[in-house]
Amino acid sequence: MIDWLLEPFRFSFMQTGLAAAVLVGITCAVLGAYVVLRRMAFIGDALAHTVLPGLVVAYLGGWSLFGGAIVAGLLTALGIGWVSRRGLVREDTAIGVLFTAMFALGILLMSRVNSFRDLSHILFGNILGVRPSDLWLIGAIAAGVLLTLFLLHKELELTSYDPTYAEVIGLKADRLRFLLLILLALTVVTCIQVVGVILTSALLVTPAAAAALLTNRLPQMMVLAALIAVASALVGLYASYYADVASGAAIVLTCTACFGFAWAIHAVRTRRTLA
Amino acid sequence: MHIPYSGRHYTDIVAGAAALALDGLTVVYPGSSEPALRTVSLSVPAGVRAALVGANGSGKSTLLKAVAGLLRPQAGTIRIYGRPVGACHHRVAYLPQRGEVDWRFPVTVARLVLAGRYVHLGWLRRPRADDRRRVAAVLEQLGLSDLAHRQISQLSGGQQQRALLARALVQEADLLLLDEPLSAVDAASRQIIARALDGLRHQGKTALVATHHLDRLDEEFDLVFTLDEGVLQRSYRPLPGREAGNLLSISSSQ
Repeated sequence: MIDWLLEPFRFSFMQTGLAAAVLVGITCAVLGAYVVLRRMAFIGDALAHTVLPGLVVAYLGGWSLFGGAIVAGLLTALGIGWVSRRGLVREDTAIGVLFTAMFALGILLMSRVNSFRDLSHILFGNILGVRPSDLWLIGAIAAGVLLTLFLLHKELELTSYDPTYAEVIGLKADRLRFLLLILLALTVVTCIQVVGVILTSALLVTPAAAAALLTNRLPQMMVLAALIAVASALVGLYASYYADVASGAAIVLTCTACFGFAWAIHAVRTRRTLA
Repeated sequence: MHIPYSGRHYTDIVAGAAALALDGLTVVYPGSSEPALRTVSLSVPAGVRAALVGANGSGKSTLLKAVAGLLRPQAGTIRIYGRPVGACHHRVAYLPQRGEVDWRFPVTVARLVLAGRYVHLGWLRRPRADDRRRVAAVLEQLGLSDLAHRQISQLSGGQQQRALLARALVQEADLLLLDEPLSAVDAASRQIIARALDGLRHQGKTALVATHHLDRLDEEFDLVFTLDEGVLQRSYRPLPGREAGNLLSISSSQ
């Protein structure tokens, strides 16, 4: 049994993959608590999709894919912040228009590239293709995002449930929201390595949503979500090693199973309090 | 990016200034052609409890929001202890209407009330034992001690209103802006809230309260302002014999 568990990690690409999955899972899950509670799930999904043209342009130009993705992600975060300030179009409508356009642009550019195989990794993730140099960047982003969330915890929490009062004491709620969008953009870029553009929002939303069913304290919710994400990453890696299935999809489906389990626990608890 | 958020930077008040002085205040909501407040001028002396009455949409909340710095006036000036809005966030506490808060958010009552101390802490500083002591004392005062560790959605309407008042009180501000603290509140909560407001006067604090409850207006307030469609209609002192402060200059112009 132990051998069965340890065997995959004799390979260095599996070790790198595991480290990346754990780092990304924790960051996504902790930030995901805010994404879920502030109803930003749609924005998270949009950010992941709009990164595509950045990736493709970087690929075509032979630049760092990571760099291209970060630039595209930050530009989108700024764009969303700018659009939602104007109030001319409803925010979700504006995001819907922008993100489909950006995604379409990405696909258009992709169709000019012969090697579709490399780019399918962008769409569906390729955690076993993470290079040690990527791992450093993923680690730096994870540390930066988690440290920011830790240091600004009381401000982010307050602006989430009562932005009006926050404004009155001099906290600018829209600037903190902007900061959150930037953190989200950075996190999404690392997440794409693990589960790909299309499944990224699952890693942001599902573990946090499952944790929200189990606790009504924010710090506990973040810890639980991180545990769910790490467990799912492990299960996904084993599944892809032994059953030869796509790792990103396996990770996401494990998260979904955890959500179903949390839902069941929640239902049983509610029934018990009612009885 | 420079983001000041209070901390320990107190701004001195102007000696002898009224707690609140509005001069020709006009507020128009973005996208609206009709002003929500028209050239309202009023003054609330320090240490007074003032009521703001009027029908829904008469501009009560708008006035409080403008003073709290949530809305920018189109014209006119606001002076709080002689200083402009935002000069000293410590001195102004605001109790929003209950609908402004996301009650399903996973925080406890104690944590919500603790946010009233944030203005004294500022960035990066964590609440200390002293802050928690003050929170516990206010929770006790408002009869919320037993509910301190409940998630905020598990409270009744009256208890939620008390929690918001507790947060405003724990801020230890000099001017309290309370938007409908008695709306949809049970009798027990109403009594506790009324007692807490009464206690403010003994501490020399000033309160401006938007309210629908007209029945005990004369007993509970030193000064009453009536608003109608954004215009200050009337202002009076219910009990002229009561010591209310030094100046009372009230004017309203169309």
